[in-house]
Amino acid sequence: MTIRFRLVAQAAAVLIAIVAIVLIPSVIELFAMMQLTLFAAMAVLALSLAFIWGFGGILSFGQTAFFGLGGYAYAISAINFQDSTPSILLAIIVPALFAAILGYFIFFGRISDVYLGVITLTVTLILFNCVNSTSGDEYRIGKALLGGFNGIPAVPTFNVPFHPDQVLSPEQSWWVTGGALLGIFLLLRLLLSLPAGRVIVAVRENEVRASLLGYDPRKVKLLTFILSGAIAGFAGALYVNWGAFVGPTIFSLSLSAEIIIWITVGGLGTLLGPIIGCVLIEYIVAYIGSQQALNSNLVLGAVLVVFVLLLPKGLVPTARDLLMRLVPASKPKAQHADDHAPPPVAASRMAGAE
Amino acid sequence: MAIYLIVALDVLNGISSLFLLCLGLAIIFGMMKIINLAHGEFIMLGAYATVISANAGVNIWIAMLVVAPLFVGLVGLVIERCLIRFLYGRLVDSMLATWGLSLLIIGIVTTIYGNTQQGVPTPLGGFSIGSYQSSYYTLFLAGMAVVMMAVVYSVMSYTRFGLIARATMQNPAMAATLGVNPARVYMSTFAVGAAITGLAGGLLAPVSGITPGMGGAYVAKAFMTVVGGGAAILSGTMSAASLFGAVNQVGAFFTTPVYGEVLVFTAAIVLIRLLPRGISGRFFKGNL
Repeated sequence: MTIRFRLVAQAAAVLIAIVAIVLIPSVIELFAMMQLTLFAAMAVLALSLAFIWGFGGILSFGQTAFFGLGGYAYAISAINFQDSTPSILLAIIVPALFAAILGYFIFFGRISDVYLGVITLTVTLILFNCVNSTSGDEYRIGKALLGGFNGIPAVPTFNVPFHPDQVLSPEQSWWVTGGALLGIFLLLRLLLSLPAGRVIVAVRENEVRASLLGYDPRKVKLLTFILSGAIAGFAGALYVNWGAFVGPTIFSLSLSAEIIIWITVGGLGTLLGPIIGCVLIEYIVAYIGSQQALNSNLVLGAVLVVFVLLLPKGLVPTARDLLMRLVPASKPKAQHADDHAPPPVAASRMAGAE
Repeated sequence: MAIYLIVALDVLNGISSLFLLCLGLAIIFGMMKIINLAHGEFIMLGAYATVISANAGVNIWIAMLVVAPLFVGLVGLVIERCLIRFLYGRLVDSMLATWGLSLLIIGIVTTIYGNTQQGVPTPLGGFSIGSYQSSYYTLFLAGMAVVMMAVVYSVMSYTRFGLIARATMQNPAMAATLGVNPARVYMSTFAVGAAITGLAGGLLAPVSGITPGMGGAYVAKAFMTVVGGGAAILSGTMSAASLFGAVNQVGAFFTTPVYGEVLVFTAAIVLIRLLPRGISGRFFKGNL
């Protein structure tokens, strides 16, 4: 398991993921592909929280605040400009700015983890309440009617950049969404292998030590928070592109809870686990929605409690440990706390990308 | 003139209901450093216990003041034994597990009673000031807040249980050396906190719409208040509840209830930014 072997394995995994994303529309039906598009958009959201929680050590209970802001920013500007190119940019910039302001208060106030969770949770609730109360003609931004509880219907979906008349087909939408998921996954993986990523993990591990080494934990955390907010906002744009609709429930607490459940189930401190957890849980939720016997809150709550109590590491790290135990290690390898994928993980990443 | 009286009554109502809502949470958080995200669902359970027993013919006062706290206290006891006791010292895990628990409770109640709004009539009737109407129940809530404050204060300060609880809160290892079983103290503290929360739910049942998801509206407010109040259970919660309750009601009076809540939230963020250890961390150090 030399470094070169790992590089080759990772490159192969990425290649297979790209091939899978390209080929999927010709293999499966339209409905299943639409569902996969939704899962991929949600998985981008999962990555945004997986990044700050697993690697930055910042547990945000209100990741949907940025997701929702991104969705609304995209919808409002897409209706006004009738072109998705600047709208996608706005869907990234607006949540990033919001994260910058909120993060300044949180991190420069040296607010501890618990309080951070409480503040992010409350911000989400407040946004939900605010947007919910914007029904009526007086609440409009440009041509876009905010619509309160009913949300904004008929949002223009993605088009070919700078060609508003060429709207993407569902296949092309899938390629964009799946490609975005893979791209952000690789981007985060790259960031974490750079010195900047090491600093982020160092701050998570020990703030005092990191600051004694000359890094400013507040600044590092703020930048991490902003990046995560931007990714979540982008996920919001992808989500709105999928459904051509955005409503205040995008800010709902139950969605915030779901993101946290994806990561707890998939495995905190990995990037692959949250993607798998997201697809798995979303699939279960979709299945529960199609029948009457069980309530989705009940199942999600039970899943979360069981995982926290019995399998706190999550699926991917547990599976990795099991595999490492089965495959006799030829050399004692240092187990990194962060996710530097040994081949078994690289192999299962393809499953996540699909 | 009458309008000022009415606003003053509204403010009093906001403060006392916020205080009642937060007291149980403040006890659990202050004593055990467990963030109970199922707090809102404990309130909901208290409200449901009240409504269902009142509709089954139990006297409304008994339903509110006896059935609700007893039921939720028992639920709290069971939850502490089955779930919380594995999570002491694991702060983030306790937040996750109690969040899962809150979803679970919402799911169970929805399955049993359906996603419909329940209610009981408000007892005590109303009175008028000038051309405005108010209800005696508002005054009763304020009275209950004062009573609860007095009860908690005297139990904590003058009884053996209060002494042991405070000692365990300060230094569990030392308390254990002196023959106290911290596990049992935690268990009873959690049950007491749950019971007080259930009582709050019962008291608010007549003045709020009762649905399985109602807890979500309270949990964030309660947390802001407890966090803003800081470590001291009574003085911290009371001062933060006064501040936020007043801001909420006055803001709601001049704009809309939604912006009242936005104002509270902004006030809370600014407060935490200025006083990261809460009001009591700055002004009432060492008090209860």
